[in-house]
Amino acid sequence: MLQSKSFVRKTKQGKVVKVVREHYLRDDIYCGASSCKVCDSSGARLTSSASTILIVDTNVVLNQIDLLENQAIDEVVILSVVLEEVKNKNLAVYNRLRALCSNSMRKFFVFSNEYHRETYVKAMVGESPNDRNDRAIRVAAQWYQNHLGNATRVLLITNDRENKRKATEEGISAETVESYVKSLGQPGLLDLLVQPPSQDLGMEEVEDLRPSKRKIIYTEHKPMSEITAGLHRGIYHQGKLRVNRYNPFEAYVGSESIGDEIIIYGRPNMNRAFDGDIVAVELLPQDQWHEEKSLSIVDEEDDEEENVHLVPNSADDAPRVTNQMQGSVGDANAVLSRPSGRVVGVIKRNWHSYCGSLEPMPMPAGSGGVAHALFVSKDRRIPKIRIQTRQLGNLLDKRIVVAVDSWDCLSRYPSGHYVRTIGEIGDRDTESEVVLIENDIDNRPFASQILACLPPLPWSVSSEDLANPIRQDLRHVRVFSVDPPGCKDIDDALHCTALPDGNFEVGVRIEMTPEAEIISTRYTKSVIKSCAALSYVEAQARMDDSRLMDPLTADLRNMNALAKVMRQRRIDRGALTLASAEVKFQIDTETHDPLDIGMYQIREANQMVEEFMLAANVSVAAKILEHFPLCSLLRRHPSPTREMLEPLLRTAAAVGLNLDVSTSKALANSLDRAVGDDPYFNKLIRILATRCMTQAVYFCSGDLTPPEFCHYGLATPLYTHFTSPIRRYADVVVHRLLAASLGIYKLPGIFQDRPQLTSISDNLNYRHRNAQMASRSSVELHTLIYFRKRPTDTQARIVKIRSNGFIVFVPKFGIEGPVYLTGRGDKGSGEWLVDEQQQKVKKIDGSISYGVLQTVRIHMEVVEPQPNRPKLQLTLI
Amino acid sequence: MEFVSPEGLRLDGRRPMEMRQIRAEIGAVSRADGSAVFEMGNTKVIAAVYGPREVQNRSQQINDQALVRCEYSMANFSTGDRMRKPKGDRRSTEISLVIRQTMEACILTHLMPRSQIDIFVQVLQADGGTRSACINAATLALADAGIPMCDLVTSCSAGYLNSTALLDLNYVEDSAGGPDVTVGILPKSEKVTLLQMDAKLPMDTFENVMQLAIEGCKAVATYIREVLLENTKQLEYRRGV
Repeated sequence: MLQSKSFVRKTKQGKVVKVVREHYLRDDIYCGASSCKVCDSSGARLTSSASTILIVDTNVVLNQIDLLENQAIDEVVILSVVLEEVKNKNLAVYNRLRALCSNSMRKFFVFSNEYHRETYVKAMVGESPNDRNDRAIRVAAQWYQNHLGNATRVLLITNDRENKRKATEEGISAETVESYVKSLGQPGLLDLLVQPPSQDLGMEEVEDLRPSKRKIIYTEHKPMSEITAGLHRGIYHQGKLRVNRYNPFEAYVGSESIGDEIIIYGRPNMNRAFDGDIVAVELLPQDQWHEEKSLSIVDEEDDEEENVHLVPNSADDAPRVTNQMQGSVGDANAVLSRPSGRVVGVIKRNWHSYCGSLEPMPMPAGSGGVAHALFVSKDRRIPKIRIQTRQLGNLLDKRIVVAVDSWDCLSRYPSGHYVRTIGEIGDRDTESEVVLIENDIDNRPFASQILACLPPLPWSVSSEDLANPIRQDLRHVRVFSVDPPGCKDIDDALHCTALPDGNFEVGVRIEMTPEAEIISTRYTKSVIKSCAALSYVEAQARMDDSRLMDPLTADLRNMNALAKVMRQRRIDRGALTLASAEVKFQIDTETHDPLDIGMYQIREANQMVEEFMLAANVSVAAKILEHFPLCSLLRRHPSPTREMLEPLLRTAAAVGLNLDVSTSKALANSLDRAVGDDPYFNKLIRILATRCMTQAVYFCSGDLTPPEFCHYGLATPLYTHFTSPIRRYADVVVHRLLAASLGIYKLPGIFQDRPQLTSISDNLNYRHRNAQMASRSSVELHTLIYFRKRPTDTQARIVKIRSNGFIVFVPKFGIEGPVYLTGRGDKGSGEWLVDEQQQKVKKIDGSISYGVLQTVRIHMEVVEPQPNRPKLQLTLI
Repeated sequence: MEFVSPEGLRLDGRRPMEMRQIRAEIGAVSRADGSAVFEMGNTKVIAAVYGPREVQNRSQQINDQALVRCEYSMANFSTGDRMRKPKGDRRSTEISLVIRQTMEACILTHLMPRSQIDIFVQVLQADGGTRSACINAATLALADAGIPMCDLVTSCSAGYLNSTALLDLNYVEDSAGGPDVTVGILPKSEKVTLLQMDAKLPMDTFENVMQLAIEGCKAVATYIREVLLENTKQLEYRRGV
């Protein structure tokens, strides 16, 4: 083992510090080829029969990761210098590459050339780090060739011309990605290639040919140094770009430096930034701040329109359009207080792959099989993407995945490349998979390693389990379960026994007085024998049927009585009864097409079960926090700020309702008082209130202080998820914590590590949000399928007023969407006036007016204004 | 951050169970009764021992055993940025105490009543594991001074990062904030004289980490013995025996 020292200079907060680190060079790093006789081949990944071994350059990995992920590319050596460079440049690609290297099905081998005695390269004087790394790659390639001998060809894949030239000079065979892929003879693979930007100019034919649009050229992005300086001096503002869901030509940048959101209108001002990019924004001069445009739901320059969407469930995903107009509308000097700006540079890209389809186009005649096409993403916030394909005929009627590569300032659309095909457009399975992919949901079956953790099937309670003293035998107790109808994972088992002293012993082992005071809680593992699996409907029916007097029904009634008391007390503490528009489909058993849509009905039995599950969760939260104050997984719901509740207050004020939002209790009370003329009014207000709140999140108790643990919606100081380990991972984690606190198992190691637990809870939140989004898109998809055959007239409520229409909510189906007052063609938006204070839109002559929360009748039908993008259109009757 | 790559290499190219290169030199300060320089990778420590000699402050004198004193300090140039640290700050005081107690455990103090032994250790270059390096240097210096000891004391640290037990943490690994277990043992009797950790670890993991540190201590002991033997041979040679 040899030791050498590498001297690195590093700047830290502007200071230049000399850092000296040791760097040990080793001779026990093996080449990874199983045919090699010199090296230890226990960790070998490359097969002996391989005639060619690939060594890839950093830029190849960064740009062509989709290609590398294809099965056709194998026998690849990834050098540690490449890994390190990739890690510094793009963490997402690094993770994908690491996944490839650890995948036992693929033959990717990581060679730690930086620590190998013979391949370590010291930077020469005056050599840039890039050149040094390129040289390191060449030295490693050379070493491989010498090491493996002439039987195997070591091929260096690089697109860097200089590197390739030097490699050839040094006697290493080198090729560009294109020529290598061509030599493989699989035309489909070529589509996966990212085209170098220089070839982009040949794509005029798919450009939008409208003369006015051809001139559009984006301004050059400012260099990073200038952006940093500008941010420092306060002329630029940094923030995450969020594109308006309803209008892709409008985006917001939440900037901390000016404490407000900056609006960005139009693609030229967005300057090639994507949704989610971190951008630097320059404010436009005040006289260019647009007026009123933000109020319109459709931008007139747009050839697209807004989709009908499901109701967003919380403030997290709805764009915060808090428009404070000063002075009345119609005042010519109306000053808009919202700053607008334009993007001068992108600090961090949020590019990933997108699902969608190709814009229909005629098959080009004989252009060598290569066709240029425009890809239209399913997500409206993403602009069209240009791709090159050799299999156009195959792809036209398919949903495909496309990744973005670059966006030149000379081209109107970004260019990308084809990744893979999902399936036929319009096919329900394909579209469902699109929903899953878009929300980053992994629906692959569990890996064999995971399944190996489970006991073999068929499983039954063994005598060992029964004999285990930790597990308590409760099979004599009358336990029953209440779950949704058709539920496969029965997890809400309850029981309720009257104790001799008049108290009740309930369900999740919580003892109570008849006044539902919890006397004592006991946590134990147990064996139960369920005497009945009830659905909510059955349980409700049993409770309501006064003739039934059997013990099970008596138990149900007792529990219900207790639940009511608990619920009342919770409400007295200030728990909010929030409403959301949950929809339920009736699905045809044969075709799996939706037969009927309706709002999910909530029964007393649901509330009863919910109440006991809440109680169990709260007690478990207290228990684990007591034992593990720093590493418990809890769930909290932050209190909404006044600013977040602003839209609710304005709507309420418009209908003459005064809401007190000072505390959750005050809000709950004023929500209770908000009873209008019709029964649905209250629910609607609650739905609006729900949307103003942020979502509840999981967190690790060590990361926050106890006052922050509180759950606003439930008005409890502590909460966690415990009762459904079969469908939520959080519950599994909490189960382990609880088991450890009872001394049943040892606490797994990851709980000792706070950063790990924090990352688990972050991932739980991310997955939870994605699952919600996916379920919403899936409902949207089924709604479309349902209404495709059945145009319907129905009642709707106005929830938001815009200058050329309003957004309505259809209570019966839980759908929200826009209704336009002005036609698409005519630009006469002057006909209608918006009154912000009153939340009303009036015809200029005052003949017709619509106010917020007003009931209107609408007609719903599915139209397809753009191919492959059907949508639900709502029109006023 | 990734401290151990999936290939099983640490940031500086070592494997988890490997120590940094160690080097020791005896007799660096000729005025002292015994002295040594000890290096563990980029950590470099010098130790000087004076005594046994008369107790300077009579009130501290102990009638049945020797008084052992220790002073630990870090050179201003020992870390990259030149920083003037006040003498006797909490950290130095603590380490001085730790070293004194560890050394006291092996010095046969009852053989030298009413006398004083001074151990001075200074860190010339710090790169993690200074505590262990200081103890190893002090052992060598004590041996060089010919002070009777029941055994050598050697020390080594081990940590736990990325769910892997790592031997002999360097500065980068040390400042990752993970647990850092410093162990000092008497290698012949395998008795533990020093055990420090300021973090939490599950018991079974802790045992693994501590076992690894003990292995490290033994390796250090083997090396120190070699150095002492070599040194003795040199002395023999010079005397012309």
